[in-house]
Amino acid sequence: MTDQAGPGRPPGEVLLSVRDLVQEFIVRERGGGKAGVVQAVSGVSFDVMAGETLGIVGETGSGKSTLARAILQAPRPKSGSVVFRGTELTNLRGGRLLQARRHLQFVFQDPFGSLDPKWKVRSIVDEPLLAYRAGGREARRKRVSELLDLVGLDPARYAGRHPRELSGGQAQRVAIARAVALEPSLIICDEAVSSLDVLIQAQVLNLFEKLRGELGLSYLFIAHDLALVKQVSDRVAVMYLGKLCEVGHGEAVYRRPLHPYTKALLDSIPSTEPGAGRATATIKGEPPSPINPPSGCRFRTRCPLATDLCAAEEPLPRELAPGHVVACHFPLMPGTSVITPAATSGVRQA
Amino acid sequence: MTDALLQVDDLRVTFAVGGREVRAVDGITFTVSPGATLAIIGESGSGKTVSCRAIMGLLPTGTAIGGSARLRGTELLGLSDAELRRHRGSDLAMVFQDPARSLNPTMRVGLQITEAITTHRTASKREAQAQAIELLRLVRIPAAERRFHEYPHQLSGGMRQRVMIAMALACRPKLLIADEATTALDVTTQAQIMELLLELQEELDMALIMISHDLGLAASYADEVIVMYAGKIVEQAPAAGLFGAGGAVRMRYTRALLDAIPHLERPAHTLLPVVGGRPPDPTALPPGCSFAPRCQYAEDDCRAKVPALAEHVPGHRWACWHPCENGAAPHD
Repeated sequence: MTDQAGPGRPPGEVLLSVRDLVQEFIVRERGGGKAGVVQAVSGVSFDVMAGETLGIVGETGSGKSTLARAILQAPRPKSGSVVFRGTELTNLRGGRLLQARRHLQFVFQDPFGSLDPKWKVRSIVDEPLLAYRAGGREARRKRVSELLDLVGLDPARYAGRHPRELSGGQAQRVAIARAVALEPSLIICDEAVSSLDVLIQAQVLNLFEKLRGELGLSYLFIAHDLALVKQVSDRVAVMYLGKLCEVGHGEAVYRRPLHPYTKALLDSIPSTEPGAGRATATIKGEPPSPINPPSGCRFRTRCPLATDLCAAEEPLPRELAPGHVVACHFPLMPGTSVITPAATSGVRQA
Repeated sequence: MTDALLQVDDLRVTFAVGGREVRAVDGITFTVSPGATLAIIGESGSGKTVSCRAIMGLLPTGTAIGGSARLRGTELLGLSDAELRRHRGSDLAMVFQDPARSLNPTMRVGLQITEAITTHRTASKREAQAQAIELLRLVRIPAAERRFHEYPHQLSGGMRQRVMIAMALACRPKLLIADEATTALDVTTQAQIMELLLELQEELDMALIMISHDLGLAASYADEVIVMYAGKIVEQAPAAGLFGAGGAVRMRYTRALLDAIPHLERPAHTLLPVVGGRPPDPTALPPGCSFAPRCQYAEDDCRAKVPALAEHVPGHRWACWHPCENGAAPHD
């Protein structure tokens, strides 16, 4: 472990600890000259506890998918630390990285893109078992059937099919069966249900919940849909332009958002709930380019509360309520307009 | 109703796929009043997009289209391409989901808008250009003169969708059909585009049909909501009659859709009430209600006879043999 306390972490055993993670990509001009550096992930720190689901919500270009891939070391992050079950992943290679990643699996958005179209479902689910030499042929065959049962696919009907013979929901179930084959402790879901119709999406979300209970799984659940993320998560982190701007218990983030960006996201969601007002566009414009992100607070160019301070100084994450961390000079606190850093407790620099 | 802008009667669309008949739209009837906002909601394959493409005359030749769609009394179905072109743009226009694919990547956006103007009416180049810049301003694109000379790849997704809307509005249509127009956009951008559409609707006194899979979007922005399943309208009501405090969903499928959406108000880790199965194969629809095979309330009559879409309460139509009582959620 890198330090004693992560921002706003609940008690328990730390499963994944990410510290100051940075990922950058060089954009080249025609001819090969360096045109700029995309600062996709810029110093992100968080913990995922055993049995916990941490949701990460962010819009296009927020760096949430880059973050997921940096944790998986594919590609390796530029700097920072990723400690999974006590092992630092960023300096492992080859077989040792593979071994460490055995308990860290992933499910991506497009199930058809992540399943080999030429393989049968049986071989797709068997692949990780074979790769990690988990049992003999007969034991693996039995395990594949168990896994398909677990995700709600009848092995007799589906094991011999190819991905093209499956619906989107069924294909995503196969991807999930493959992900849980090696009994991982953490699954990274990157927009794992975003391409599914709402009724199928609900089935897959329930499957994630079932597996959480039965296998004691933790999830890092990444999506652009705040309501969806809150539904499955214990804690929610809000990401904007490569940085986390708010982390807290899902209910607290939703009921008392501290960051103006979180508030704007919540205001933009159209809802069918009684009493929900019309969705409103409370922030104007679009996120700036991650090639030249704004100085200071990266949200300041769209923030209704921004002042000179926001351009001059980057706001550091502060724990303003137990477990509720925000990186903002002027957090939205009822009754208080400005909170000076000295007045807060539990300050931790990321 | 005589004051309807668009009157669709018993619209049917049938494709022939591999020798089999696919009934994509199976007899739908609805009207759109001038200046109103109608949301058509449904999952993939429910027929919502196909219905609107049939009205726009955008389906491939060889598609069997039946019934009637009249715009201010003029029948649109069966018109020749030349006749349709007169209506498209000036009477009705459409905005699609993916602005990146709808725009020509090799042409400056200003030129594309200018072209949209001159296709539909005679205007000098200078006039059309001035109008194009005016349209870019109308859709609230900052620095319109500069954007006029840019290529689509230089614009963000939200900006491209604004350009698409500008092109659709070039001839001030009376009806705009937005087919999942904000689905590919981020939620903050979606809110901006929806606000823009509603403002323009007021400014131009234009009716709007929003096609979407998102019930929240319908609840938030539409006057009237149509829910489609397997090519049929299964429920239709004013948005206030379905959602919110006074709302009462009656059709079991609409209820299932509403219950399956993750809500911010729901505690974390609660299981969503789910419906098993998949929408029926459109080449082999079940004999009774097409939702019956997935419906936990289905009884023998549901599997035997198709329930008619009838107006059971003024303004509220539904097609269900055993509707929800008072629209209550069975699982709450």
